[in-house]
Amino acid sequence: MPLAPAITDLEQLKDRATVADLLAWNAGAVQSARFDRDELTIFIARESIREAIARLKTQGLTDFLSDLTCADFYPREPRFEMAYHLLSMKRKDRVRLKVRLSGDDPTLESITAVWPSANFFEREVFDLFGIRFLGHPYLRRIMMPEDWEGHPLRKDYPVEGYR
Amino acid sequence: MGHLNPNPVLDPTEDKTMILNMGPQHPSTHGVLRLLLEIDGETIVRMMPDIGFLHTGIEKTCEAKFYQQVVPLTDRIDYLCPMVNNLCYVMAVEKLLGLEIPPRAQWMRVMLAELQRISSHLVWLGTHAMDIGAMSVFLYCFREREDLLRIYEMVSGQRMMTSYFRIGGLALDPPLGFFEKVKKFLDTFPEKVDEYENLLTGNRIFIDRLKNVARINAEDALAIGLTGPSLRASGVDFDIRRDMPYCGYENFKFKVPVSKDGDVWARYVCRVEELRQSREIAKQALEGMPSGPTKAEAPKVVLPDREKMKTQMEALIYHFKIVTEGFAVPQGEVYHAIESPRGEMGYYVVSDGTAKPMRVHMRSPSYANLQALPQMCEGRLIADVVAAIGSIDIVLGEIDR
Repeated sequence: MPLAPAITDLEQLKDRATVADLLAWNAGAVQSARFDRDELTIFIARESIREAIARLKTQGLTDFLSDLTCADFYPREPRFEMAYHLLSMKRKDRVRLKVRLSGDDPTLESITAVWPSANFFEREVFDLFGIRFLGHPYLRRIMMPEDWEGHPLRKDYPVEGYR
Repeated sequence: MGHLNPNPVLDPTEDKTMILNMGPQHPSTHGVLRLLLEIDGETIVRMMPDIGFLHTGIEKTCEAKFYQQVVPLTDRIDYLCPMVNNLCYVMAVEKLLGLEIPPRAQWMRVMLAELQRISSHLVWLGTHAMDIGAMSVFLYCFREREDLLRIYEMVSGQRMMTSYFRIGGLALDPPLGFFEKVKKFLDTFPEKVDEYENLLTGNRIFIDRLKNVARINAEDALAIGLTGPSLRASGVDFDIRRDMPYCGYENFKFKVPVSKDGDVWARYVCRVEELRQSREIAKQALEGMPSGPTKAEAPKVVLPDREKMKTQMEALIYHFKIVTEGFAVPQGEVYHAIESPRGEMGYYVVSDGTAKPMRVHMRSPSYANLQALPQMCEGRLIADVVAAIGSIDIVLGEIDR
């Protein structure tokens, strides 16, 4: 199966349930969408991510938070891209919501109030990327020792660590 | 390695509670898990898992390796089912590349993944029973696991860190006599499961320790991120193998055991039934094993056969190129999830178009399942913690990565 080109036009993706619902709820929050390799990605504005995830939950479009992580695109700005992988067991479908974050202010709202399972995942992202989640009940290091300096998964952190 | 000094939730002036440290060197925590228990007498008021003792930075290491060099690292994440990890990673990269895998390789993958599920569940069953106090089951389970390890050794040369699945197919065609050995194991296995069940399922002590312990209902389980057999034991009928099939699972017939109770006993029953169902799948895969190549037709990605490499110039060049420079993967990102013995295992791989992954993230099922532990245990006795840890079947290598 050779790779089909990615669909990046929001107009063409409007018939997807999640895209349609988010557009109907708050078209301003949806920045762009992409359908690539059978996976749907929706970019959401930083301020609206918690509400967008809550919306998809209350509308019954997703019923499980599979994964939450981050990727660092240093030196590009905005360098961080948060990825929320949501699953709908009912519709047997996945959707990925993404948020772009700049390097000088990597903060966004915690989604632990919507999905309690985000607790450990957000702590991991905080520990390894240094992204701050507002409203997280216990935002402390989880993998690295308490007194560790730096955030190891950032691209400007050397693979061998600081010596 | 987080909270070293938790603040007691109850008023310390009342002198009601105390903090008890369980682990990281405790035999029933199945690895280096540290649990901070705030207890009121024998009752747990609050529990905080403390992890990170095994953190080796695999995700960071992956970013410095070629795509094919990451495969051996994935073995070390969940060391009880290395091939399932391999499978998830190679399928994610194959999705990025748009590679098609020949049917024989797919069926071999399914068969071995199911054998891995059996051997992983055997370790769970043995250690779980031993935690409860049934010593002999442990020895029985490890007897069968040994047969399986020999099978893995036959096919990959290694007992545990197999790295047998490669991007684009398998490392090698299985050796002569391999299928007979698998058949022999699968034919005798159901009696062995009966044997374990004879020892445990009707055992009064075992039942009393497990029933109505560490209950969690479906709604809470979904909210806290529980997956796999632990979730199905709470009444959620979802199995990625059946509902979102990958790697040709749609060709196999099997039942997904579901229970409504959501207690330790339900999780025990679901997993034991999974042992039988996995054997069914492996048997179907063995009987219908197609012939043909075990590697995809992609000379720039898949290493050529040894023989070809020695006799054909072109193959030698490709071999040299792949080993020294890797292969470029088109830009993009994928999240590929499969059903590991513990639940949803997902690999999120981001490619920037070079020969090294820009980001590899593992969504490990144990990590999410561990979050449910405090909810299961709070308000219960310390002795139940041991049963609860065993029932969610965590692997610390996978939690800390």
